[in-house]
Amino acid sequence: MEALFSLVVGVLTASGVYLLLRARTFPVIIGLSLLSYAVNLFLFSSGGLRTNAAPVIGASLAPTDPLPHALVLTAIVIGFAMTAFVVILAVRARSELGSDHVDGQHGEEEGPR
Amino acid sequence: MSQHLIALPIVLPMLAALVLVLLAGRIPDRHQRLLSVAFTALLVLVNLALLSRASGGEVAFYALGNWQAPFGIVLMLDRLSALMLTLTSVLAVGCVLFACAGDDTRGSYFHALFQLQLMGLDGAFLTGDIFNLFVFFEILLLASYALLMHGGGKARIGAGLHYVVLNMTGSALFLVALGVLYGATGTLNMADMARRVASLSSDQTALVTAGGLLLIVVFSLKAALLPLYFWLPHAYAAAPAPVAALFAIMTKVGLYAILRMQTLVFAGSPAAPAIDTWLWWSGLATLALAAVGVLAARDLRTLIAYLVLISVGTLLAGTALQSPAANAALLYYLPHTTLICGALFLIAELIGRQRGKAGTHLVRGRRLYQRFLLGGLFLVAAIAVAGLPPMAGALGKLMLLQAVEGSARLWFWPLLLLAGLCTLVALSRAGSVFFWASYRGEVATGRVSRTQLSGVLWLLASAPLLVLFGGPMSAFTLATAQQLAQPQAVIAELLGDAAAAQASQFHEIPGEAP
Repeated sequence: MEALFSLVVGVLTASGVYLLLRARTFPVIIGLSLLSYAVNLFLFSSGGLRTNAAPVIGASLAPTDPLPHALVLTAIVIGFAMTAFVVILAVRARSELGSDHVDGQHGEEEGPR
Repeated sequence: MSQHLIALPIVLPMLAALVLVLLAGRIPDRHQRLLSVAFTALLVLVNLALLSRASGGEVAFYALGNWQAPFGIVLMLDRLSALMLTLTSVLAVGCVLFACAGDDTRGSYFHALFQLQLMGLDGAFLTGDIFNLFVFFEILLLASYALLMHGGGKARIGAGLHYVVLNMTGSALFLVALGVLYGATGTLNMADMARRVASLSSDQTALVTAGGLLLIVVFSLKAALLPLYFWLPHAYAAAPAPVAALFAIMTKVGLYAILRMQTLVFAGSPAAPAIDTWLWWSGLATLALAAVGVLAARDLRTLIAYLVLISVGTLLAGTALQSPAANAALLYYLPHTTLICGALFLIAELIGRQRGKAGTHLVRGRRLYQRFLLGGLFLVAAIAVAGLPPMAGALGKLMLLQAVEGSARLWFWPLLLLAGLCTLVALSRAGSVFFWASYRGEVATGRVSRTQLSGVLWLLASAPLLVLFGGPMSAFTLATAQQLAQPQAVIAELLGDAAAAQASQFHEIPGEAP
């Protein structure tokens, strides 16, 4: 399970970083979301991976660490708010700057709009 | 009551923000401004009370919701955090006074956002929990995103987009670092983490070193250290003046976090030498490149943004030395450089408004309407920021130069002095373009209002005041540095023997955290 988990985190991070380096705002936002998914999964695993273990003492034989759950929850909430903000910002930048290029320039392949 | 005072620097701005959001649009602007200034002034008083309490040398803790450390979140008040809190609120008063002259009505909810930003800053300076630090970073960042783009416009939106995306990536890295550190040490409380880092098995040290370095990278992004500073000149030059002035403290949040990690969590750990080396060289490189940037800037705002970078480079190279003398010197230099950079952003705005279309570009323009007043303010600020003798900057730099020892002097002395020279050259060139090389006609707009002037003077007053009270101030910073040099005292204070026993018992429950 550890190998699969780390593979998923790695692939998500790699795709996130790749998309983050694109020049248009939409891929950048998708990249940010993928990166935050990867980070959330990673945080979740920081208490150790265990199956059939509730984070409550007494509920199962070997309870898992409850703290990463709380951390991930906080990170998800904050990440969600930030993503919503950056989407609105990108739409605003598209209308103000006249292009969805992150530097506000017209793309070469599409020419001036 | 008095033990709850520690939470007040966070609670007060939060309440102020709530009140100001609810009242926005329902009461006249004038009343809103009064409220905002009153809340900020009250915050100064609270922080001064905390400063006087912390200056006794006691490290005070406040367990939020009475959940005791290391399980609950604690606020920690020592000399360093009290100093940073006071500095923040003093800077905020100047900014909010300046904003009351009309900058606040260019967008919505300026004062509420401003108070939220103060809440985030205060929280980041107070918290003793590393995840809580992340949360307060997010609060201050979210407020800063909105403040940066306050008033809108192409330049602000463009700069804001970069700033937001960069900081979101930084936050993701922050979480990764937290995950690594939590996985390795099993705690998020800074003092507890310090204790566990000190007694780590050898296979965990690599993890902690990686986590620690990752954390330093994140804080370097906030503090704008060399490979990660390119966002700063762009963003600061585009921000509205009072916001740019408040942002002068934002880089210092990163610096504070680095100082805290270095002196408390990673003191003496295997991660410490790596962190120090990285900070030393990138601090020096930032200093050198920022000096070039100051000379190359073609706009006064960009120039001031590079001045902020010079102070970042100086301070971070100073933290890398890890000696109480260096820490004392940089803590003396820090308030001065923050307040003066803030004042310079405000003065640049005043100058730009009286030059019509030329704005703050370093080109010939119309003659200034109130050239003696603005020239005088600019002269004082320029002398202070360049570190010339009558002002506190000179004293701070001198202390820093003295604190550097051995072969480190070979790098630090010439770079710091040359950066000072570049600052002087660039500012005198800017001053002569603005005040002497002008056309005849005047633009009769942008008269400096009394509130704007009071905001600028409030910030500028720090330069002579820090010299006048140089004795007590440097004694305080020295005491702060000595307190930072003894992290064991903090750990013992927070986690007595009973708590330590309890903690170890908890970790012996079957299925403990790895």
